[in-house]
Amino acid sequence: MQYLFYAIGFLCLIYAGWFMEWLLGKERKGKWFVPGVLVVALAMLATFPLYAKGYTPILMSTIIMYVILSISWTIFSGPTGYMSLATAAFFGVGVYTAAFIGKSVPLPVFIIAGGVISSIVALLVGALTLRLRGIYFAMFTFGLILLISNLLLFYELHVFGTRGRFVVVMDYNTIYYAMFVLFVVLLAVAYLIKSSKYGLALQSIGQYEEAAAHMGINVTMVKVAIFAVSAFFAGTMGATIATRWTYVDPIIAFNPLFSFLPVLMAIFGGMRKLYGPIIGAVIFAYLQETLITRFSELYMLIFGVVLVAAILYMPDGLVGLILKLINKWRKGGSKAQHADT
Amino acid sequence: MDLVTTLLDIVIGGLLIGGIYALIAMGLSLQYGVARVLNISHGEFIMIGGFITYVLYTSFGISPLVSLVIVGPIIFIVGFLLHRTMFRKLLNSSPNINVFEGNSLLATFGLLYMIQNIAIVIWGSSSRAYTYLNTPVDLVGAIFSANRLVTLGFAIAIGVAFYLFLARTRMGKAIRAASQDITTAGLMGVNINNVLALCFGLGIFLAGIAGVLWSMCFSVYATMGLEKTIIAIVIVTVGGLGSIPGAFIGGILLGIVGEVVKYFEPSLYLAAYYLIFIILLMIRPKGIMGK
Repeated sequence: MQYLFYAIGFLCLIYAGWFMEWLLGKERKGKWFVPGVLVVALAMLATFPLYAKGYTPILMSTIIMYVILSISWTIFSGPTGYMSLATAAFFGVGVYTAAFIGKSVPLPVFIIAGGVISSIVALLVGALTLRLRGIYFAMFTFGLILLISNLLLFYELHVFGTRGRFVVVMDYNTIYYAMFVLFVVLLAVAYLIKSSKYGLALQSIGQYEEAAAHMGINVTMVKVAIFAVSAFFAGTMGATIATRWTYVDPIIAFNPLFSFLPVLMAIFGGMRKLYGPIIGAVIFAYLQETLITRFSELYMLIFGVVLVAAILYMPDGLVGLILKLINKWRKGGSKAQHADT
Repeated sequence: MDLVTTLLDIVIGGLLIGGIYALIAMGLSLQYGVARVLNISHGEFIMIGGFITYVLYTSFGISPLVSLVIVGPIIFIVGFLLHRTMFRKLLNSSPNINVFEGNSLLATFGLLYMIQNIAIVIWGSSSRAYTYLNTPVDLVGAIFSANRLVTLGFAIAIGVAFYLFLARTRMGKAIRAASQDITTAGLMGVNINNVLALCFGLGIFLAGIAGVLWSMCFSVYATMGLEKTIIAIVIVTVGGLGSIPGAFIGGILLGIVGEVVKYFEPSLYLAAYYLIFIILLMIRPKGIMGK
């Protein structure tokens, strides 16, 4: 029964991404994509805690968290090809925002505050570093995690005399609904960006940055703005999930894994389509939840192997692989028809 | 007098550790400068080198100096094969060099997690150390153990050997050509696949050697690698990509800065390295000795 609920939840999440991709397509063909189905899927997700009791909503909120992290990573890094490893930094900033002000303000306020502070950090970092190309940008953003966590640790130890702090605790259903609302908002934002001129601008930056600049795109502005949007969602996720952790310290909050997991999920699922990262996140978050408590080393080992294998053998991710197979099958089918006639 | 001794302690301590840092950075510089792979799992090979030395010394009584000769070739072969299989496939399937750099960076992240967790499974997550050549030596007033001096000596010797190899031999010339332009070097008759794999292997070889030297002075543990990789990246940025004197200057500079910061506030030394990294990327992205 529990697995049925998981399956329903997963399908609804993936369908939501699928629908957005359909909405972005020019022809909008196919009868599957009736807006009514989306309403049903979202309604099912919205009422999830009512019929799925126990651990199921908790696992689902973790999965939605990873879905949001990997989509928000893909918004910026997918089209531009700038590999940002700062997700964990923005996530950690969100966690610490919740830890600092969570006790004095209501939930929505500190979640949004976490997002806003993260995007301010992203604006600063982006303005400084987005002129760096390729690998240096990746290293810079990665170093950011270590810098912030080291400085925070220093601050905690010397100003407060403790290593970490307690966070206000929220009800699991509240967390689930917060995640769900943010998921819907993120899908809407991702759709707006992809269908607007900014989406095109991002793509042309990824293909040929000089040419994009010569076409009159304000390259730096677009990059920094979208980077900040992507950081906003990572920050809100940090602030939300922190209420489930009860206790945080800088090392827990700024775990570099939160930078790599979204990247792996997006690459494994496929970055070309909006539902790719969702599929990747669903698979990996589920694997993580079931494996990490019992075989933590084994999980990390699998993580490494899959990362290498996905890069070597699935450059377009699972979605790309499936689409390729479908195309092949269709071509094969049409050839067979020709042979008949 | 007290101040002078402390100062000497700090500066000489930085110098001694700078040698190992320079070796690590030279390895990374070869991998990224020529083979275009920014190897994030670089530090893991330091850890592997250190652990193999530890096992050989404590279980079989083989001196760490002999381990240099054992560990080096093994790790070189591993690196060579890694490039011949994995990175060559990536290089062939990537449309341009930027895509290759991004993909290979992620692939080495995967390698990092693989190697690190295999090490945790085998050796556990506690730190190990042995004592070797632990006799105190007086260096103009500052007391250090002899093994630290030995490591600096080896680091300098290997650095000089590498410099001569790159500057004087035919293979060195091919490597320098490939570092400037892979395609053109290939057209001029350089066997590119071999040269790239060789550079990758040599880079990892240097990490392994640095690991042997590291284990002589400090403890080794399964998760030590990433920090060393980051230090190496900062040094390569400071010293300039592909420059061996730059690697030594950067290594010693970082060693001294690290010791100074550790003296005042041990928890902030990584932040200090990162600050140097930021400032350099802003002011002079090609590094002190970069062309």
